[in-house]
Formats: sequence, C-alpha cells, structure tokens
Amino acid sequence: MVPLTALNPGQVGLIHQLRGGHRFVSRLAALGFTPGAPVEVMRNHGFGPLIVAVRGAQVALGRGEANHILVYVQEETDAPSEKR
Amino acid sequence: MHHPKNVEQTLAPHPSAETATIVVALAGQPNVGKSTIFNALTGLNQHVGNWPGKTVERKTGSCTYRDRHLDLVDLPGTYSLTANSVEERIARDYILHEQPDVVVAVVDAAIPERSLYLLAELLQLPAPVVLVLNMMDVAAQEGVQVEPQVLQAALGIPVVPMCATKNQGLQNLLDAILNVVDGVFPYEPRRPVILPAHQAILEQLITLIADVVPASYPPDWVALKLLEGDEEVVALMQAALPPPVWKQVHDILYHHEDAILDVAGARYAWIARMTRAAVVRPKVGQMGLTARLDRGLTHPVWGTLALLGVLGIVFWLTYAVGTPLQEGLDELIQHLVTMLHDSLHGMPHWLVDLLSDGLLGGAGMVITFLPILVIFFAVLGFLEDTGYMARAAYIADRFMHAMGLHGKSFMPLLLGFGCNVPAILGSRIIETQRARRLTILLAPLIPCAARMAVVAVLTPVFFGKEAAWVAWALVAVNLGLLAVIGIVFNRLVLKGEQSMFIMELPLYHLPNARTIGLYVWQNVIAFLRKAGTVILTASVIVWLLSYFPANGDVMQSYLAWIGRALSPLGSALGLPWPVMVALLTSFVAKENTIATLGVLYGDFATVLPTLLAPSAALGFLVVQMLFIPCVATVAAIRQETQSWRWTALSLGMMLGISLGAGFLVYRIGMLI
Repeated sequence: MVPLTALNPGQVGLIHQLRGGHRFVSRLAALGFTPGAPVEVMRNHGFGPLIVAVRGAQVALGRGEANHILVYVQEETDAPSEKR
Repeated sequence: MHHPKNVEQTLAPHPSAETATIVVALAGQPNVGKSTIFNALTGLNQHVGNWPGKTVERKTGSCTYRDRHLDLVDLPGTYSLTANSVEERIARDYILHEQPDVVVAVVDAAIPERSLYLLAELLQLPAPVVLVLNMMDVAAQEGVQVEPQVLQAALGIPVVPMCATKNQGLQNLLDAILNVVDGVFPYEPRRPVILPAHQAILEQLITLIADVVPASYPPDWVALKLLEGDEEVVALMQAALPPPVWKQVHDILYHHEDAILDVAGARYAWIARMTRAAVVRPKVGQMGLTARLDRGLTHPVWGTLALLGVLGIVFWLTYAVGTPLQEGLDELIQHLVTMLHDSLHGMPHWLVDLLSDGLLGGAGMVITFLPILVIFFAVLGFLEDTGYMARAAYIADRFMHAMGLHGKSFMPLLLGFGCNVPAILGSRIIETQRARRLTILLAPLIPCAARMAVVAVLTPVFFGKEAAWVAWALVAVNLGLLAVIGIVFNRLVLKGEQSMFIMELPLYHLPNARTIGLYVWQNVIAFLRKAGTVILTASVIVWLLSYFPANGDVMQSYLAWIGRALSPLGSALGLPWPVMVALLTSFVAKENTIATLGVLYGDFATVLPTLLAPSAALGFLVVQMLFIPCVATVAAIRQETQSWRWTALSLGMMLGISLGAGFLVYRIGMLI
C-alpha cells in the first residue's frame, strides 16, 4: 500500500484509503475516489501536481492531496477493474 | 429495491395547468456544457445577478415553447450536493425550497460514469429529473459510446441526447420537460440504494429524526446526509432534536464516521449498474483526442513552452489588433468633442466645456478601451471554452506554489491584464479563503489595459527610442514585485492551511461562438456600467475641480490647491505638483493620468521632458504602474473580501510600495 505519489505514469492503483479531513474526503469521494476504484497516474514528474484518470475523467491533484490517497499498485498487465 | 413511501408521493409528477409558468432548474457538474444549454434556450433573454447574500453568480432566463412559458434557473455547477461549498448549498436549497417543476440534470456523455454522480444525488430530492446527455460529439471523438434509449430504460426517467454547441437536441429537451410536467412520460425513476450493511442504520436514523424534519426536507434524504456527515444537515438536526435524541443520533454517526465513502461508493456501484448496457468504453490503448493533445500540452517542458506561446499570442492579438482600433476611436471621439464644442456656441462658456471636455471627453476615453477589452476577453473565452485554461492552470501551479497560490489563481490573474475588476471577481473560483484573499491582494499588481495605455503614451514622451524597453522593464517590475510580495505574505504573514489543489481537466472540445460571445458581452457590460457611473461622475468632478473657482484658470483652481498641498511629497520624488495631481486622479480611473496632464499642461508631450529629469520620469512611471488601484477595483476588493480591513490593507500596501519604489528609482537614478 503506497501513496498515489509513488506511482509512475501509466501505473494503476486501486484506492484503499483517503486520509484527511471530512471535507477533503467528501470532495474526493464525489469525484470518484472511493475505495476499490482504479486510478491511473497520467503525469507524475517528482514535483508539481499530478494528473490522474479516475472514473473516465482527468483530475489534477496537488502533491499534498495525492499523498493522502493510499492505493494498492495493480500489475500493469491487468485491465483496470473494480474490486467490489 | 427499497423506497421509502413518503418520497414516492412527493416525486409523482403533478400535472399543472396548461397556462402556468413551468419552472425549470438546470443542474450539472462543472464543464458539462450547462451554460451552453442555458444560453441556447434563453438567448439574450437572461438576467445575471447574485444569489441573495452570496457572491455566487445567479443566471435566470425564460423561453416560450409550444405556447408554454418556461422560467429557467441555471444552478451553480457542483460535483455533488453535500454542503462542502456555497455552490452546493445554493443548488440543493433551491431544489428543496423553491421546488422547481423539473430539474434538468446535464451530464457529459464523454465521462458518463463520473458525471452521473450528481444525478444519483438529484434523484434523492423531491423534484422530477430529465437527464441530458450533452457533448455527444465529444464522446464520439473520445471513443465513448452511449445509448440514450438503453439508459432511459434503465433509469426510468427521460434521457435526451444533445450537442448543445451545435444546437442539436434542444427541441427534444423541451418536449421531454413538457412530457414530464404534463404526466405524459411514465416517470418511474430507479434510485440509488445504500449498501445493505448500512440499511438498518439508515432506518434507525429516519425513525429518530422523523418528527422534527422540516416539511420541505424528505426524511430519508436528511438521514442519508447525516450519514454522509454533511455539516449543514448535522447542525440543523442538532438544533431541532431534543438533546437525548440528538445523543442517540450522534452516537450512531460517531460509529460510522467513514460512511461517506460507502455512500459515495454505493452511488458509483448504482451508476455502474445503470450504465452497464448503455455505455461502451474505448478499447484499452485507443487514444482519444484529449490524450493525444495532452501528451504535449501538460508536459512539464513542452507544456510550459506552449503556455508561454499561447500567452504571447493572446497579448499580441490583443494589442496588435486592438491598438489601431483604439487610436481610431480616440480620433473619432476627439472629433465629436470638437463638434459638440462648436454646436454649443453661444451657451455659457463653462457649460460648453463641462459638456464637451468633462462629460463626453471623460466617457469617450473609457470607451476607447473597448476594442482592446473585447479582443482580450474573446481570446480568453475561446481558451476557456476549448478546455485549455485548465491545462494552463495545471502548468502554472508549479510556479505559483511558492507564492501560496495555486493553479486556479492563474486565470483570475491573467484576466487582470485586461482589467483588474474581473480579476478580483474571478478569484471566486478559488476554494480556500486564504488563497483567494492572497490572489485579490496581488491582482492590482497586474498592469491592466488602462495602465498599459498610460505607459504607451508616456514612455515615448520621456524615453523616445528606448520606450519599448522601458515599458517592458516597468511590466517586469510589477510582476517581480507580485512574486516577491506573494512569497513574503505566504511565508511570514498568512500562516495556516495550505490550499487544496483538486481540479478537473475537461476534455478538449470545439468552442462555441455563442458561449464566447456571451462571455465577452457580460465582461464588457460590467466594464461599461463602471464607465457609465463611477468614472463618468469622477471625471466630471475632476473637471469641476480644475475649472473652479477661477473660471478656467487651472493654475488657480481647487485642483491646483490640492496639488500644491502635495508638493512636499512631490519634491521627494522629483515631481512637480501637476504630475502629483495626475497621479491622484488616476485613482478614479488609471487612464485619467493622461487626461489630467492634458488639462494641466496642454501639450504635455513637449513640456514634460523639460520639467522632469529622466530619473524622476522613470520614478513617476514606476509609481503610476504600482499606485493604488482605481475606485472600481477597490469596490470589487471590498465586495469580494467582505472586509474593510483587508481592503485598507490592500490600499495601504499599494500606496507604500508605489511611493517607496518610485523614491528608490528616483534617488538611485540621481546617483548614476
């Protein structure tokens, strides 16, 4: 289990947990960041915000925000699927 | 599936009289093209104001279809209906308390899964919903296929495919609205249900609160929002329930603190069931247009270069096309002033001067800025409407972080190059108060079109061939100070919560002329309203001060008295009193500097270089560029911060910086 910032572009993580205040969790949940949802990292260059794809939409996340999203790294060969 | 009985009753479509006005609310997530639909339905027949007591834009309009009158309300774009933001509260309060006849839920057909989340929330409120699948063309371009009929069969509500930018599907939408209102459509929505694990808890909550829930709130909705930890609903119930009952509710909520994720997860599971047969996603490896464009445009190196290039084009277009038009308009207005002067021959001298020079001249100067503003807003509206602006904000985020700002501050600050007023109003898109106030504080450092015009006139007067370099240096001083002040405030003054950066990157799509047109129209109207009132009044006052009591002898006028009172300050800066007066009148409107110099010196282009040393001239231009923002900007700062202290801080800071910088430039220049 790693924070989203640890993933390289092209890697997919399955969301395990959101760490943060209620507002933060609530906002991310509405955008589709719920446990089990696959998130693909599109851009992560070691500094500056990330771009991730979740539920078909692209979302830019600050590094601080992305650090509070914990994921299980999915093997890159697997097609993304919802674990539910 | 479980449906509480009371909601079924309130949701039944009620046939209304054929003559009654139908109230339709448009709801949708940001970037789904909701405003395009609203504009297409209402045209210019719309009214833009604010929601009562809120700094959130409220757009209402009307249209007539098949002899029926429809009133439309454009609700703020929101991702959900939990009370996380003002916008979300406004949207749900409207649906709960104003009870529109129909809610039109607009979703982006290219990202059906995510954008249906709001529908899942809307179906839990007591108003019938018509679903619009907008941007069918964008969906096709990204390889997403959606079958409207299949989705309609699954959801049990009308589903209308649309392409609002091409005016496709508007009639079908209006028909669907009427069919629901008239009870022609068999409206039987299939609503999301909560996870079985939480069902018993939800029932328990409903029983506990049932007696105190206000009439306009469905009890099961209130219970669900309690479980989601919605601040507003929690406060409402805490106030309404007797303490022992509240204790029971509170205990339940305490043990299910993370229920929000399960509730949201259940909604997404419901969406997955609803769309299983209706949506075909692109094959793995198939790249849509957005992904292909973003390989370059969000790349840390190429994306930054692209952004610089885009900004270059924006300013080049604005000034290369706008400046000749401005000069043409200026000549035209000078001509009109002369004509008016002549045609009023025989009337008292002071009245002729007041009408032609004070009134027409003052208003005319403001109007000459229209071409530049129209072009600037049109280019920005174009970039916004294609979806590029979010990429610009993403790229800019790296550079704005050090100033305590983030990517979302980029767009408002960019607007500031046109006019500082929309820059300050535009800071509304920033969620945290800290980042928003910092953006408002820094916005007046952006040189607006009016200040650039003053620089364009005055630098050649003082510096001849070197004018272009001096003008660039002046802009650089402003932007450099913006960065320094941002960093200082971020590090030392405004400690506290770092701003959240969560921003959707919409899919690219072809821009819509009408959307851009209305964007330009609304921004220009706001500018003209300011020109028509504040600036006009102020320029007449300045004229009166310069005319009386000596009947036209400026040197004996009230304005001269004020200027002479300022001369100690002026001599510290190496500036004669008329220049100080010119500076002072720029508080009314930045372009007044030129007009005042004209009133006080006549042909200032030949007089000024003989009066001001080059170092004093440079100092003057620096002060002019950094001086306190104009009256309209100050009013906007007060309105948006809701704080006189903050407004005073902004004014004081700009005054201190401008005089300090001007003094330094003058003194250092004297030494060289």
